[in-house]
Amino acid sequence: MGSESSPKIVIVDESPIRAAILEEGLREAGFTGVVHISEMQNLLARIYALDPDVILIDLENPSRDVLEQMFQVSRAVRRPIAMFVDQSDAASIQASVDAGVSAYIVDGLKKERIKPILDLCISRFNAFAKLQDELDRAKSALEDRKVIDRAKGILMKLKGLTEDEAYVLLRSTAMREKKKIGEIAQSILTASELLK
Amino acid sequence: MTGPLRIGFIPLVDAAALIVAVDKGFAAAEGLDVTLVREVSWSNVRDKLNIGLFDAAHLLAPVAIASSLGLGHVKVPIVASFNLGLNGNAITVSPALHAAIMAEIDGDPFDPMVTALALSRVVAARRNSGTEPLTFGMTFPFSTHNYQLRFWMAAGGVDPDEDVHMVVLPPPYMVDSLASGQVDAFCVGAPWNSVAVDLGVGHILHFVSDILVRAAEKVLAVRQNWSEKNPQVLAALIRAASRAAEFIEQPENRAEAARILARPERIGVDADVILRTLDGRLKISPDGTMRESSRYLLVGREGASRPDPVQAAWLYAQMVRWGQASVSPEALKVAMAVFRPDLYDAALGLNGDAHSGALGSVGAFAGPAFDPADVAGYLASFDVSRRAP
Repeated sequence: MGSESSPKIVIVDESPIRAAILEEGLREAGFTGVVHISEMQNLLARIYALDPDVILIDLENPSRDVLEQMFQVSRAVRRPIAMFVDQSDAASIQASVDAGVSAYIVDGLKKERIKPILDLCISRFNAFAKLQDELDRAKSALEDRKVIDRAKGILMKLKGLTEDEAYVLLRSTAMREKKKIGEIAQSILTASELLK
Repeated sequence: MTGPLRIGFIPLVDAAALIVAVDKGFAAAEGLDVTLVREVSWSNVRDKLNIGLFDAAHLLAPVAIASSLGLGHVKVPIVASFNLGLNGNAITVSPALHAAIMAEIDGDPFDPMVTALALSRVVAARRNSGTEPLTFGMTFPFSTHNYQLRFWMAAGGVDPDEDVHMVVLPPPYMVDSLASGQVDAFCVGAPWNSVAVDLGVGHILHFVSDILVRAAEKVLAVRQNWSEKNPQVLAALIRAASRAAEFIEQPENRAEAARILARPERIGVDADVILRTLDGRLKISPDGTMRESSRYLLVGREGASRPDPVQAAWLYAQMVRWGQASVSPEALKVAMAVFRPDLYDAALGLNGDAHSGALGSVGAFAGPAFDPADVAGYLASFDVSRRAP
């Protein structure tokens, strides 16, 4: 797709990383006219100045409501329509809301030209969410490790156990009580704090 | 116990009945397992309700109507069988605009006709001196805030589309925008007016109750097809919200309600500001001037919880007046049918007749009495409008 026929796409996102991931994906797919807006002040004026064909905005952004004003008849600009207005495409709507992104499309842009943009957007948003999730999980695993190590230390000291025995005790208790080892370890820390 | 319900809300004081219903256990007592989901935009609330990610939502009353009519968006019939609040908004102006209006004022500053006329003189003076038009912030194109601002200024001869800029701003950005001069005034719900006054960047010019005696504000909205499939669940939800509204309206419970609402995962502002809102006792000026009104926000008293189709008709009339909808008897019927006092009465075992007559008046400070049977005649009496010819 040449730059002449490439629709102008604006990404409204306060997360620079996610916006970069999306922008990169769009460029790789041949969409060359991509602009990222990260500053929410005077958002509508910025968008009108850019006059895009497609606007992509994340659902965590309160400024989504600002964009709704573009559909008012009294605005003297090209009138965009929302992706959601197409009632036939329920699956796309569901997928994009699940992914956390919303698309606004200028009236007149053909549906078959929108679909690849939206699909790419959904997959990149999902990829970003997965990355974030993995990062969170890694952080919480590290946090758990620290808690478990401290709980083992307490058990070793109070009950004269070796490190391995302390760990086995934690694990068997967790299994018996159908809890996570981290939770059992945390309750040991809490109890020892109380009994100090 | 029914299946778990997900209910969306925006952190505003008029979500009080919904939040208290869940956090005070009234919903659980009705056998409901409710998860409240805090949202950041009305567009999100609307879309997630429409596609079924939410079973119910705290929603702007005009959005429920617009959604049922398919205005500006997908057409999804919505049912509002519980009114979460009447009134509750206020118009806040910057210190500079406040001074300019007060310099032009001729009469009682709490009289909205007096301030609207003063505003029209301020607007004219700015035009004559080539100064930028004033900018007014509101929360959504289909919002009571939009219609209340327009109704007020148009009564003084100010055309909201020609003489000033009207811009949508998310409520949490209102105060910053006023402080930075991006807007000169805004109309928003609690707590944001009080936040602006407390920070010294705004004066509350009017409570919306100065402009309209009874204005349906937020509703507890569900999809119509959901309401038909889950009548018992909806009835239980209405009862839980009703108990919560009654709880909040008891003055001795207000401090507790304010503490519940103040939690970071709920509204997340100072409990004292919320308490002042519930009590209708607001600081209106940075100099500490207080103003009290028993009509500032009605959560459950004076029949506030019972949806009133006349209110829906009035909101539809505003959509017509400002060019968002065309006038049609069918559309009026659809709009009025969004508000369902019959479901409210059935859930609470009330006899609907006991309520009719006493309620239903919108009570605007300007224009003729509103008659839903003659929307076109009502609108013809207003000079400023965007009605389609």
